Amino acid sequence: MAVITYREALRQALAEEMERDPSVFLVGEEIGRYQGTFRVTEGLLQRFGERRVVDTPISESGIAGMAIGAAMIGLRPVAEFMTFSFALIAADQIVNHAAKILYMFGGQIRVPVVFRGPAGGGAQLSAQHSHSLESWYAHIPGLKVVTPATPADAKGLLKTAIRDDNPVIFMEHAKLYSTRGEVPEGEYTVPFGLAEVKREGRDVTLIAYSQPLLLALHAAEKLAETEGIECAVIDLRSLQPLDMDTVLRSVSKTHRAVVVHEDHRNVGFGAEIAARIQEFAFDELDAPVLRVASADVPIPYARNLERAAFPSEEDIIRAVKRVLA
Amino acid sequence: MKAEVPVKKSLPESLTPQRLGELYRTMLLIRHFEEQCSPAYRQGKMGGYMHVYIGQEAVATGFIAHMREDDYMICSYRDHGHALARGTDPRRVMAELFGRYTGVSKGKGGSMHLVNVERGFLGGYGIVGGMVPLAVGIGYGIRYRGGDQVCLCFFGDGAMNIGPVHEALNMAGVYKVPVVFICENNRYAMATPVEFASAVPNLAERAKQYGMPTKQIEGMDLLEVYQEAEEIIRHVRTTPEPYFVEVITYRFEGHGIADNPTNQALYRTREEVEYWRQRDPIVNTARFLLEGGFATEEQLLEWDHFAKQQALEAVAYADASPEPPLEELYRDVYTDMEVEEWR
Repeated sequence: MAVITYREALRQALAEEMERDPSVFLVGEEIGRYQGTFRVTEGLLQRFGERRVVDTPISESGIAGMAIGAAMIGLRPVAEFMTFSFALIAADQIVNHAAKILYMFGGQIRVPVVFRGPAGGGAQLSAQHSHSLESWYAHIPGLKVVTPATPADAKGLLKTAIRDDNPVIFMEHAKLYSTRGEVPEGEYTVPFGLAEVKREGRDVTLIAYSQPLLLALHAAEKLAETEGIECAVIDLRSLQPLDMDTVLRSVSKTHRAVVVHEDHRNVGFGAEIAARIQEFAFDELDAPVLRVASADVPIPYARNLERAAFPSEEDIIRAVKRVLA
Repeated sequence: MKAEVPVKKSLPESLTPQRLGELYRTMLLIRHFEEQCSPAYRQGKMGGYMHVYIGQEAVATGFIAHMREDDYMICSYRDHGHALARGTDPRRVMAELFGRYTGVSKGKGGSMHLVNVERGFLGGYGIVGGMVPLAVGIGYGIRYRGGDQVCLCFFGDGAMNIGPVHEALNMAGVYKVPVVFICENNRYAMATPVEFASAVPNLAERAKQYGMPTKQIEGMDLLEVYQEAEEIIRHVRTTPEPYFVEVITYRFEGHGIADNPTNQALYRTREEVEYWRQRDPIVNTARFLLEGGFATEEQLLEWDHFAKQQALEAVAYADASPEPPLEELYRDVYTDMEVEEWR
């Protein structure tokens, strides 16, 4: 297997799908001539031309709407948001149009569109550029929500997203673009709705996705080395569809669970996981399910404050010890 | 507002008397269909919002007349007339309004979300201006595939004050997509007059900065709409580039079912409504048909009777149709995935 970056994995997925299917095209800000703000689309304009790599004005509603409209007549657009914080401008297009069209016209119009880009923060981007908000999208019937944490999943899940006949919110993470990992050679996809057990463990189940998965894995290693506490770590990979079976299977062994994500804790996706664990595995639980997430504050600029706002390895270790106490 | 509607003395070259008769009958069908809606609503046969098209019939009829079989159209929630003008079965449109399984959207969309995919009508949308960006994508998709179709995008004057509409118009100009933006200016966004809401009340003027031709046309006269639309759609199809056309029209009824005469008195006078009713596109066209010798009184009466029968049949069909089965609640959320029933 080749070792490549998350960014390269995404680019491979885009290029391979564009080669495979002439109805796939890309649309977004700075994705062509500028080669992509985070260089995900580097070289694709040169390779596929401006018909299929469409630079746009700074018009998120227009970008989203254009992608949805093209999808409605059978194309497979992949729209890039420079960050998901900017997708807020396009919320009406995503929520009131992309997510509703199949249903409100009785199943007659499909919207095979992918909205992708980085979510989250961590580079002192401060209040307006650091949103995660995956729980907002997962809340909306009609959207699928995907949150890859590794290069292999980034590639395999993006290919699945492009082939999906439904609108897919594909949330990358800026802090992951330069991370490296093994990616299978040749054609492969990763299905939605299949969580992956990244680490087996008998004591506590850590449930994470996207960049915080790496935090959870580091915390689990440290706990094993220093405390002899063995955490299972589960990467959800997609939030809608959601694979609770894998989570419940692990919880039935460990009897304790901690959910880790970067979105705010209040009404975050961890609340849904915790609710489902208590609903379906109440008798298995030996401790309350805890959530490790961002502080419920706008993300501040100052380095120390920002660090304190985001979830950390120490937060996870503390939560694990609490559920074991 | 123009003072008088000039009655045209001759048919446009492209319009045969027979075709004119058909278009007139489309307007009659829309009128009679809409006139059945309010009583049905009051009887509790329908719910939700319901916006009728009475007074504006010439706009949808005159534009849609020039659509090719493979063209696309998309519009706002005031969509009954557009669906009917595109040849959608009035019985299935009424059934949708009644929330029945035989409706065009299986009863899951209602009055605001009519559709006719087979004929390229990609839906009515309930968020003011929300579908205008979609039209840009449809236009881009047409160009992407190398086709020479066009997309007609109908919206109201109120949509001109929605941000995404201006993003969409600009992008349409940037990518030169084959979309006709048809702004049906019926003078009021709900109760707010254009003159109040738009810093530049001439909406065609306001759209001039988006790299496409713009025009303001008279919308109460079917012949004028027909002729202008023919030229505009030909231009968009052959150039190709987008076009913005502001059509001056008027709704005789309230904004929606809740906008009753008492409410209407808060924003418009009876004299004003009467003034516009004098310019009723159906009356004008009937007069033209008679004066030009293209139809007899008997024919007009017969057509009127036929259209009314169609509307009544639509109501009867809708009334007799079943509600959607409860399984439909969970269908069509995704194309390939069951939604969990938690009850």
